[in-house]
Amino acid sequence: MDEFTQAFASAMRLVYTLDPSLLEVVGLSLGVSLAAVAIATIVGLPLGAAIALFRFPGSTGLVVLINALMGLPPVVVGLAVYLLLSRSGPLGVFGLLYTSAAMIIAQTVLVTPIIAALSRQTIEELWAEYADQLRSFGADRRSAIPTLLWDARSQLGTSVLAGFGRASAEVGAVIIVGGNIDHLTRVMTTAIALETSRGDLGLALGLGFLLVLLSVVVNATVFLVNEGTAPRHSAV
Amino acid sequence: MVRCASAARAAVAAAILAAALFGIVVAADSGFAKQPFIVLASTTSTENSGLFAHILPRFEKQTGISVRVVAVGTGQAVRIAQRGDADVLLVHHRPSEERFVAEGFGTRRYDVMYNDFVIVGPKPAQSRGDNVVDALLRIAGDRRLFISRGDDSGTHKKEMALWAAAGFDPRIASGTWYRETGSGMGATLNVAAALGASTLSDRATWLSFANKRNLEIQVSGDPILHNQYGVIPVNPARHPHVREGLAGDFVGWLLSGAGQAAIASFRIHGQQAFFPNAGFAQ
Amino acid sequence: MSQIFSLDDVRTRLKGVDSGSVGILPLEFRDVSLSVGANQLLDRLNFRIDPATFTVILGPNGCGKTLTLKLAHGLIVPSSGEIAWNGPYGKAAKRYQAMVFQRPVMLRRSVRANVEYALKLRRIPRRERHEIVGEALALAGLDRFAKRPARWLSIGEQQRVAIARAWVTRPQVLFLDEPTANLDPSATRAIEELLLRVHQAGTKVVMTTHDMAQARRMSDDVLFLCRGCSVEHAPSDEFFAAPRSVDARAFIEGRLVW
Repeated sequence: MDEFTQAFASAMRLVYTLDPSLLEVVGLSLGVSLAAVAIATIVGLPLGAAIALFRFPGSTGLVVLINALMGLPPVVVGLAVYLLLSRSGPLGVFGLLYTSAAMIIAQTVLVTPIIAALSRQTIEELWAEYADQLRSFGADRRSAIPTLLWDARSQLGTSVLAGFGRASAEVGAVIIVGGNIDHLTRVMTTAIALETSRGDLGLALGLGFLLVLLSVVVNATVFLVNEGTAPRHSAV
Repeated sequence: MVRCASAARAAVAAAILAAALFGIVVAADSGFAKQPFIVLASTTSTENSGLFAHILPRFEKQTGISVRVVAVGTGQAVRIAQRGDADVLLVHHRPSEERFVAEGFGTRRYDVMYNDFVIVGPKPAQSRGDNVVDALLRIAGDRRLFISRGDDSGTHKKEMALWAAAGFDPRIASGTWYRETGSGMGATLNVAAALGASTLSDRATWLSFANKRNLEIQVSGDPILHNQYGVIPVNPARHPHVREGLAGDFVGWLLSGAGQAAIASFRIHGQQAFFPNAGFAQ
Repeated sequence: MSQIFSLDDVRTRLKGVDSGSVGILPLEFRDVSLSVGANQLLDRLNFRIDPATFTVILGPNGCGKTLTLKLAHGLIVPSSGEIAWNGPYGKAAKRYQAMVFQRPVMLRRSVRANVEYALKLRRIPRRERHEIVGEALALAGLDRFAKRPARWLSIGEQQRVAIARAWVTRPQVLFLDEPTANLDPSATRAIEELLLRVHQAGTKVVMTTHDMAQARRMSDDVLFLCRGCSVEHAPSDEFFAAPRSVDARAFIEGRLVW
């Protein structure tokens, strides 16, 4: 137990000495997950809004599918992306395997359904509330999209944060497509997996604690930005 | 009704933006890769024990070539190399290595280094010794908890060969005293440590393992526990994109005096973990 | 303070806001019916809404007032019958109308931004928007709330925002669906005063209510609906003094509740 607390303490020491290898790992984790979430938002938000507002044959099935894809197992995504990017696979010529680009691709696949499904739900509910009034103003579904997206910004922000949480917490996808290569594709979650397999449980737990702290910092930042612009309470 | 034209325009705009973002990342990524590199598919025993962290910087300093190690089980490493996703393969299961070359995926197999496997178990030892077959039979007879990797790795294949030599197939007892984790060596050792069970491990991983708890080496020194590592460059005839020259530089260095000395100088808690033996008869 | 504008005054003063060069009233409902599935919700409505007056559509709950309003405004289509606006616009007449609903739908932005919304949709340039919005806020007595997030206001204040927001495009017709149904007496009074000012400024008002006292206070003429039918349409004094139909009489005497 003593070794355990010692190892945990050594993890904390890495933080306040700003250990360069720790900073490298943290930087890469943030970079990969934030990039994946950004791309997933660009793709998923409009997709969710479109499915919410427009009826087309098969749209119900699509809603069920996207909701189900929120639960995509990371390791399955990792495997699928690996087979795609492998030199023996269809996209092998790009040589993307075992790079951070591959990790971003895998996490984007994981996160897009989350953002699309949650934004669809939000936009659909908001449209139900706003439809009559907006149509009275002469707006149709298409021209209402910017209004709906802006008014739903608080809930949409939460969906994006949910996506970030998923991306930064997963290990199954990035370890397969990234290879956990030292100084190149090692992120916090794969580093934790590595230290666990080395039996360095205290260090692994310390890193895990740091990862949670990182997530808290990101969420706190978004919360503070929101608080500055939106009221917490309303009369209605 | 969907306004097809403007919806399509919006979709294209979103796709372009996403692609641009992604392109920036890839560009930044390959910007950092101006340094020449090779991808080495190897096992967890070499990476997690710290061997590569010890020897690869020397290679990089000498040649300027960076070695990117993907460390997985032997079976997975071989498959990665077969698919052409690695330039060099370094594992510790001779039959797999020879088949790899025979099937045309590798150019040639070279001995690199060796150490041994050990059986670790909970204190107090029921028995200690240097005869692994006897030890395994005693474990089976007493139905003592034994954890197997069960993952087709070099260590796992070795374990199966040992049981075969003992004339006993423990898989009939799978799920009872014989438990297959399907995991890497580290995860398997964590299970053994937590359950107070025995398991087969390579010496390097065991020495560097930090969660030994109540476990100790109980069987070692049996010649049948010899653990030989082999290195194979991936065949450019099969995968034209492999970095043939750089891979050759690496294999050459590994087998040279400098590489072999680097391997020999690697210590875990003061003990030598790998013994270079390149150049001996294959 | 409210000012009294004449209709011509309004049209010349307002730059950019197009109130339509042709009056869209009178509006005629000819044998308009609405059914959903097996339910006949509205049965052969026939009436005419004339310009200038303050019209109240009165009736017990469930008689189809809201549906009638939505049909007139073009938010839903009838199953049969014809809804005819005056002039060449046809369905596009919606542009010169506005509607306020029972529960105010406030966008998540400031009061000013809410009122500005319809002007933005019509691409009125920013400088003109500012002045036009200012006038609407002044009319509704909302100046001091201009920068506040609209959802922070009380529901009565929000309803005033909704009316200001509707009036800002100077509609020829303003529809209101039971605008004070959820409000306390003082908020109700504020809304009623605001609506009278809007009416005085030149906008035709068509308002539904089930509150008879309110109908008496506000209306120039009353259209009485009951059980999905247009039963009676008469000037206010006539209607309340001597209702011609049995249902209307029962309603006025308080015997017909829902």
